[in-house]
Amino acid sequence: MIDAVGNPQSILLLGGTSEIGLATVEAFAGDRPLRVVLAGRPSSRLDDAKTRLEGKGCAVELVDFDAQAFDTHAAVVGKAFAGGDVDVAIVAFGLLGDNEEAWTDAAKAVELAQVNYTAAVSVGVLLGTRLTAQGHGSLVALSSVAGERARRSNFVYGSTKAGLDAFYTGLTEALRPSGVTVTVVRPGFVHTRMTEGLTPAPLSTTPEAVAEVIVHAVRTRTELVWAPAPLRFVMSALRHVPRPIFRRLPV
Amino acid sequence: MGTGEQRALHGWGRTAPTIATVVTPRTPEEVAAAIAAAGPRGIIARGLGRSYGDPAQNAGGTVLDMTGLGTVHSIDVDSGIVDVDAGVSLDTLMRRALPFGLWIPVLPGTRQVTIGGAIGADIHGKAHHVVGSFGNHVVSMTIVLADGSIHELTPDGPESELFWATVGGMGLTGVVVRARLKLHPVETAYFKVDTEQIDNLDDLMRRQTEDDDRYAESVSWFDAVTTGEHFGRGLLTRANHATLEDLSPKQRKDPLKFDAPQLLTVPDVFPPGMLNRWTGRLFSELWYRKSPTTLGAIQNITQFLHPLDIAGEWNRGYGPHGFLQYQFVVPKDRGDVIRTVLSLVTEAGQVSALNVLKQFGEGNRAPLSFPKPGWTLCLDIPIGPGLGELCDELDRVVLDAGGRHYLAKESRTTPEAIRRGYPRLDEWRKVRAAVDPQGVFASDMARRLELI
Repeated sequence: MIDAVGNPQSILLLGGTSEIGLATVEAFAGDRPLRVVLAGRPSSRLDDAKTRLEGKGCAVELVDFDAQAFDTHAAVVGKAFAGGDVDVAIVAFGLLGDNEEAWTDAAKAVELAQVNYTAAVSVGVLLGTRLTAQGHGSLVALSSVAGERARRSNFVYGSTKAGLDAFYTGLTEALRPSGVTVTVVRPGFVHTRMTEGLTPAPLSTTPEAVAEVIVHAVRTRTELVWAPAPLRFVMSALRHVPRPIFRRLPV
Repeated sequence: MGTGEQRALHGWGRTAPTIATVVTPRTPEEVAAAIAAAGPRGIIARGLGRSYGDPAQNAGGTVLDMTGLGTVHSIDVDSGIVDVDAGVSLDTLMRRALPFGLWIPVLPGTRQVTIGGAIGADIHGKAHHVVGSFGNHVVSMTIVLADGSIHELTPDGPESELFWATVGGMGLTGVVVRARLKLHPVETAYFKVDTEQIDNLDDLMRRQTEDDDRYAESVSWFDAVTTGEHFGRGLLTRANHATLEDLSPKQRKDPLKFDAPQLLTVPDVFPPGMLNRWTGRLFSELWYRKSPTTLGAIQNITQFLHPLDIAGEWNRGYGPHGFLQYQFVVPKDRGDVIRTVLSLVTEAGQVSALNVLKQFGEGNRAPLSFPKPGWTLCLDIPIGPGLGELCDELDRVVLDAGGRHYLAKESRTTPEAIRRGYPRLDEWRKVRAAVDPQGVFASDMARRLELI
């Protein structure tokens, strides 16, 4: 259960090695030890994440999860809920890919679409059903400002996040009567493994800072947040910039 | 009874709402039927929703609205024993019993509490040091268990263990549907009240230690905003039931008059942050100044016992984020904890306007009953940044001193804190498990605090 001041007792992280996801779990665990389920592909990084969280007093369970193995998703979510209620579920898996490769190689484009969009929709449906049945809970989906307006430099990734964003925005409304809060998070450029070697965009941020935004949003049941917060206004302006100008902007 | 409707439920603190199917039974048999029909998320009884946290919520499961069982069956004037349904409120019972000169010995800060809720939380009032808590006055109760069977329990009968596990058991042993209570005879509905303005915390506590035994009712309010030498200045109000002789000729014409108006209902329009350092200071100043020291004043029920009942839905004044009450008890010799807690609250910059301090008398036999000899303090703080951390810190201070939390107010602590505060928790769990092996009775609080 999430208590009166917004402390959850259990978290499911889909994308168990996601840096933003793990930073969020750690931020929650800083106040109270949690029951954590990390769902991801078996790897040493996943094991390290488990060890690190256990060091903070959390009880951690690993569940094998392959985003592209759609027919296994129901079993994965089932396992995650087997140990009791899930108070916060975070959909944090995703691929950035190489844009030039992705828009010229159909297989690469499909992979991005399947992981970032189709798989996110698949687990979203399954989580929605489970959370509705338990009558409470918080569902966090990591979108991106890249989905707000497609840019030449990463539009394949952006298009998948646009799809995810629309789906979870609708899910927010669909699940509200069930007592479930859906939070769509739109980070800007975050310094992670995913963006290593890329030139940071303005207002770049860190996984820890995004985690803080997410924790606050879950505690206050906020449904849509940007990280950092001022991006909300930047993106609002950018959406209305005429194309001839937009394409010349260094974003 | 119907099949129920899906509703969002929260406690009086308006925090952490969850969705449940709400069913309103009208008879014990309908209660049994609803228990049999409960799904995997279980079922819990709910009264008037005055618990601050989540004990009367059951996310994804069933919640019984017990106000459908609202009959006062009989009042025996000679013995003082009343026979009532569990959904009857203390307010209703008082209005019915007072004309016969019968007084409910245990009254909390509001009368908007059902008999079932009063038993489930084993509530207490300002008279605890004399009369103990609510369970002490229950002669017998009728309970519907998980298997649908209906039992009559008494404090010393063959199922006395279950009786005492139900007192303070937060509705997790079964559904109390009816009870017989022993009321006390009174001559009038008025109190003879001594109010004393005391300008610091030490004196306030010393006075309560010295001569609380002269009074049937005793409580103090203090100011947790003012710092410095007047830190913890407060009002000590203590009273005895007024006799006929104490009343004015006019009051004597109708000595048992129930004078408890509700003058307004607070609308749901307040923004967050209504209570802040400035309004808190103003409120504290006014509250302190409004009551200069006066001895022997005659006051009615609302004036003395339930000043907040004048306004309906007053919890809305705290705004949409809600608030919490932090109530604990620490042993008699650990009165120092009160000062420590207050300092921590003030240092954290939190504002608590309603701070109620009282000395408890002896506790009863119920394993989860809250009161035990010592000091109980109740703080009342709006939800905001830093409150969770502050409360976690207060938990450490309180538990290290051998104290514990009041479950009817609790909304944010850990299972570990409850285990430490209630050493007889496992004993209670065993009695519960024997009558509800499948865990049919469940609530958000039970899940959160791992009570079951």
